[in-house]
Order: sequence, then C-alpha cells, then structure tokens
Amino acid sequence: MAQAATAIEQDVMVTVDGTPLKVSLARSLRRNKLKALLLVLPLFLFILVTFFIPIVDMLFRSVENQIVGTVLHRTVPLLAQWDERSGELPDETLFAALAEDFKEATAAKTSGRVGRRLNYEKPGFSGLFRKTGRKVKTIEPPYREAFIKIDKKWGDLDIWRLIKRESAAFTIAYYVSAMDLSYGDSNEIIRKDENNRIYLKLFWRTLWMSLFITFMCLVLAYPISYLLSTLSVATSNLLLILVLLPFWTSLLVRTSAWIALLQQEGIINDLLVWVGVVANDDRLQMIHNRTGTIVAMIHILLPFMVLPLYSVMKTIPPSYLRAARSLGANQFTAFVRVYMPNTVSGIGAGCILVFILAIGYYITPALVGGQSGTLISNFIAHHMSISLNWGLAAALGSILLAVVLVLYFVYDKIVGIDNMKLG
Amino acid sequence: MASDNKHYVQFVKVQKSYDGEILVVKELNLDIERGEFLTMLGPSGSGKTTCLMMLAGFETATHGEIVLDGEPINNVPPHKRNIGMVFQNYALFPHMTVAENLAFPLEVRNMGKPEIEKRVSDVLNLVQLGEFGNRRPAQLSGGQQQRVAVARSLVFEPKLILMDEPLGALDKQLREQMQYEIKHIHDNLGVTSVYVTHDQSEALTMSNRIAVFNDGVIQQLASPEALYEEPDNAFVAQFIGENNTLVGDIKEASNGVCKVEVNGIVIDALPVNIGAVGGKSTLSLRPERVTVAPEPGSCPNIVDANVEELIYLGDHIRTRISVLGHDDFIVKVPNSSSHAQLKPGHPVKVGWHARDCRALDAPAAA
Repeated sequence: MAQAATAIEQDVMVTVDGTPLKVSLARSLRRNKLKALLLVLPLFLFILVTFFIPIVDMLFRSVENQIVGTVLHRTVPLLAQWDERSGELPDETLFAALAEDFKEATAAKTSGRVGRRLNYEKPGFSGLFRKTGRKVKTIEPPYREAFIKIDKKWGDLDIWRLIKRESAAFTIAYYVSAMDLSYGDSNEIIRKDENNRIYLKLFWRTLWMSLFITFMCLVLAYPISYLLSTLSVATSNLLLILVLLPFWTSLLVRTSAWIALLQQEGIINDLLVWVGVVANDDRLQMIHNRTGTIVAMIHILLPFMVLPLYSVMKTIPPSYLRAARSLGANQFTAFVRVYMPNTVSGIGAGCILVFILAIGYYITPALVGGQSGTLISNFIAHHMSISLNWGLAAALGSILLAVVLVLYFVYDKIVGIDNMKLG
Repeated sequence: MASDNKHYVQFVKVQKSYDGEILVVKELNLDIERGEFLTMLGPSGSGKTTCLMMLAGFETATHGEIVLDGEPINNVPPHKRNIGMVFQNYALFPHMTVAENLAFPLEVRNMGKPEIEKRVSDVLNLVQLGEFGNRRPAQLSGGQQQRVAVARSLVFEPKLILMDEPLGALDKQLREQMQYEIKHIHDNLGVTSVYVTHDQSEALTMSNRIAVFNDGVIQQLASPEALYEEPDNAFVAQFIGENNTLVGDIKEASNGVCKVEVNGIVIDALPVNIGAVGGKSTLSLRPERVTVAPEPGSCPNIVDANVEELIYLGDHIRTRISVLGHDDFIVKVPNSSSHAQLKPGHPVKVGWHARDCRALDAPAAA
C-alpha cells in the first residue's frame, strides 16, 4: 500500500517549474470559475430570498404548532400528566394554572390566537376562548367550578383531550384534515364521513383533469407541430406567431374571452340556437363548470406543448421518413416506428411542462370553474386568504408537491428525464 | 412489357418541373442494364438528384414513364418499389441499434424471426461489422455508419440500389477506401446500382457507365475511359478531368481532320461535334497530351508559347503557359530531366497530335 502510494506520488505530472499539473490547472481555471460564480450570484440570491426560503417556511407551517404550548405554558406540562382515559376532568391545580395562563394571555392579547388555532380542529373554540378571556379577570377559586360556570364546555372531556393532543410543538393535524381524516373519541385517526370529504376528491379531480388537459394538448399540438416542422421557414414562422399570439395577451383577457364565447348568452350558444341545434330555453351550460375549465386551460397551455414538440421535430431530418419508406414501410408504419420514437423527448418535455402548470393552475379555474371545475389550488388560495388557515394551506400545498415529485420520479423511471428536450 | 437485361431500368421521355415554369429535367431517356453500376454525375442543380428521387418514388415525374424490370412504376408508392436507398447523411434510425436498423426492412415485410436474424448477421459480416450489431448508430464512426447504411439498403435484396452522394460527409482518405468497398460489394453481389455524385473522381473509380448531367440534360453517357478520352462536348471535356480549351473558327472539315484557326494560327484537330465551316469551335486538349519542345515534324501542331508559372507537384510539374492568346493553358510535364529547360518568362515550343485535340461545340454565348 505504502509503496503504491509513493509510486502514485512520483507519477504526479508536474509543470516545468515543478508545481503539480493539477494545482497549476486549478489555478488557471480559478478566474473563470470565479467569474461564473459572480454571474450566477444575483439570481441565486434572488431565488433564495424570494422563493426558496418562503417555500421552506410554508412547509414548516404545515407542522408547526407552538402557539398552544407557548401561551398555555403553565397548563400544558400539567396536562401531560392527566390521564385522558380516566373519564375524569383534570384536577384543581391544572385549572388554577389555566387561570394564571389565561390572565397573562388576556393581558398580552394572545388568548384569541390560541382559540383560533384550536377552532381549526373543532368549531366553537374561538368563542370559548373569547368568552373565557373576557371573564377570567374576576375568577375566584375553586377554579374548576368557576371555569365550568363561565362555559359548560370546560367540563367536556373532549375539549381537554383536544387541547392535550394539540399542545405539542409540532402537529400532524393539518395533514390529517388535508387527507379528509379526523380524530375519533380516543384520538385515533378515522376517515371523515362521506359528506365531509372534500380534499381527496379535489386532489383526484385536479390530477385527472390535469392529465386529461395534458393529453388533449398533446393530441392537438402534435399535428400542428408536425406541420410547422415540415413547412417552409417563411410559412412556419407565420404559423408559429399565431401559436405564440396568445402569449402576448393577458391571461385574464384570454379567460374572459372564453366566458364571452361559452356563456349561456354567449356566441357559441347563440350560434347553436340560430342553427337550431339547441332550443332557446335549453341553452348549453359550458362555462362555470368542468367543461369551461378544461376548454380554457387547454387553450392557454397549448403553446407550452407546441414549442418543445416543434423544436424537437425540426431536428428530425426528413430523410428518416424517406429511408423508412424506401425500406418498405408504408406511411403509417414509417411514422409510428421511425418518426414518433424520435419525438419522445419533445413529448416528454411538453407533457411535464403542461402537467405541472395545470396541476397548480389557479386563475382560470377560479374564473370559469364554478363548482365542479375548481381545483386544489383554489382551495389552497382560499385557506391562504379567506379562512386564514395557513397550516392547512401549507399541508395541502406540501401534499401537492409530494404528488408532483412522485409523478416526476415515475416519469423518470419510465421515460427517463435525460430524454427530455426543451428546445 | 417484357423485361430484358439491357433495359432493366428505363426513363422514357421523363420531364420534371417543380413550379410549372422551369424544367429541372428536360426529356430524359436513359436505359440502365441489369447488374450495372451507373453514376449520375453533374454539378449541383443539374437534375441528377431529382432523377434519383423520381426513381425512388419521392418525386413524381411531371411527364414520361419510368420502368423497372418491365413494370411501369410511376404510380407505385416508394415502399412497394423494392428499391434500396443510401442517403447522403445515412438516415440511420438513431433510436434503434445497428441490428434493429438492419432488421427494420425485413420486419415490415413480415419475415420470420430466425430468417431475419440470419440475414442481419450475414449482411453485418458482409460489411465487416459483425460485432457492432448492438451498438447505436451514434456510437459508430462515419465510415462504419456508412457501411451500416449500405448494408441496410442491401439486406432485403432489392431490385435496385440508389445512392445519393453517400460519401459526401467523409474525409478524403476514408472516402477513397469506401469507394473501393462499395465497388467490391457491387462486384460480389451484382446488384444494379445507381449512384449520384458531383465528385468526378468518385464516378470514374466506381462506375461501369457515367451519365454526365448538366442543365437537366444528359450531356454524355459513356464508360469512364470514353468519357475522359473522348468527351462529346465542351461541358463534358471541362467537367471530367483537367482540360485546356482553345476557341477558334472552323476553316475546313474533311475526312476525320478539321482545321481551326485560333488566334491567327491554324490547328489540326479531330472533328467530334462541330458545326458548319465558318462557325466557332472549342478545342479540347488534355494537359498530359501536350509535348514540350517536340522534335520538329514529329507532330502536326507545333506552336510558340511562353512559360508563365511552374508548380512542383512531385511526380510532375504543372506548367502554366500562354499560347495562342490563352494564358491559362496547363501542361503536365513528367518529373524527368526535361523540365530543367522550363523557366518562367522563357519562350518554349509545345506540340500535340491532331487526334488528341478534339474539336467540340461552340462555347456558350457567355
């Protein structure tokens, strides 16, 4: 071993003045590396600050749960010793601690936040905490009876079980509700009953609608791209401009245009009535439902499929098809066995691009989706800006991210990510 | 129509126009023999590739008939013509291995698996690529890809093989080597081949016959020797090999000799393709057929010249002289003691035989 090591050391290439060649090479390349780093640095910092850190923060919010333990810091340690299966309420010392915590929290105006946090788990907590907060200043021992006098709910074992469950610094409760699950009587995880399940249905709908939109985009874009790649440069440039034209119009304008086209008093319905296909009082409902979302999204996402397909098809020499024909394949066989396999990289790139855009699409489904056409992103937005349940929004977003990553992994296994060509 | 070996492939009065205004191919009549290696040679835009594409079925003839083995094929789609083709950039399918590329024409013919495997390995051995069956085309060198392309066009035993400048992408040395290989494969298999190139040395090396194309017309169809030694017209003389031209007026023409006056001096020449007496003619003379300082009386044409430039090329000296008012007259002087007498700026006498000086058609109006 030692001998071998010396031999290798002796074999190290050196420059004329004796510095090892590798050292010398690294020195000569250092300047270029530094320059490359400087070119990347601004964008890297920008992405770090505006994109990466917020995402990590959001993901963190989906499990973060420090508010209960921080505000009720006297009660929570005592609660850990309470046996929730005993069938008895916590003892007087705990209620005394709760009274202390409440007085402090009311002064610091934090009791409402705890109430709101626990209200996500069970409606009524917000009101309970507000009410208790108002009356706690005048509370007298014995505390247990006093609390129950303020609100009967303090005598409810379920309330205490819930507070105990959510008193840890981290929680999976957001994920539990994002998966349409809930906690049973003894805190076991059970499925919500049929009528209360929303998110899984939405995830499923988002997934299949995105897949369907991707598929339709592929079906529509493939012939167009083929035509574009076979035409003369002048004609194909003109057609390409037509494909890109939608990009130059605002997304809102395009979506609104679809409303004008598809609504019940819209152009298409008018036309159908005029032709006599549809009766005037039986106009088709094509917008503010699933149809509207699918139609508008296919239109908006189509260029993202055309461009990668076109750029790949343009590189396929026409001689491949001719060769296949001269070798005895008819037009169909030549196309399927020789042309299509060479476009796989473009199909892959286009599908990934459209699918990922579709799965997180927000504006279009919000405008034209109605009830049946909303996607999971609309609910994430709802929890972000209306119900202000950021933890749930973060959990839904994380699940969506996980689904995309899983699909990406599957895609990599089946097609191979190296085969992707974006242009 | 009965097929015979002399008329295996026939172009009968074939015309082709892409835009309805210009004829790219003007009335082509061409017979190709069974087992022949015929080259279509010509500058770009001369219509040779169009002819090949019409034969392959990728272009339709605007007028006329194309016959293969007794069958008119104008309306037969390319995949039913049973014609193998080697493309300029090989057109090997990049998503298939070499063996899959070779099996493709057999698979689309619904051939059995064992038969396919046998044929593929046979043809791989034929082009000396026996161990490369599992490689992708991109993993092969240019010459190897070329051989695969040739093998693929042969594997289904086509009636005819077309090659569209197949060696254009290779470097000079490899190109020459491949010329011999393709020639040998042709000699061994005896398959009728039509080869398109703009490289005259390639055409001369490989072909049984060469059709020289220019301006949509076959200028001459002959064996390589005849093409070089006995060009029919000024274009062919100029296009094939190196050539000196002297333009003059026809003074007299009779009994296999004609007299053409060039720059005031009358030259004896062999009438090949001349008009009436009094018209113009192009005299064509190969550089190696000119003798420097000939013995007086040894040849009928001896004229005064002036040495302009000497270029040393090892086995011979390329000498540019001015003679009869033309200063781009090239003489190849063998590298022997005789070249010592040539010095730039010095006068010299040059001579040639009347049979080596072919009187051809008048130069183009330009």
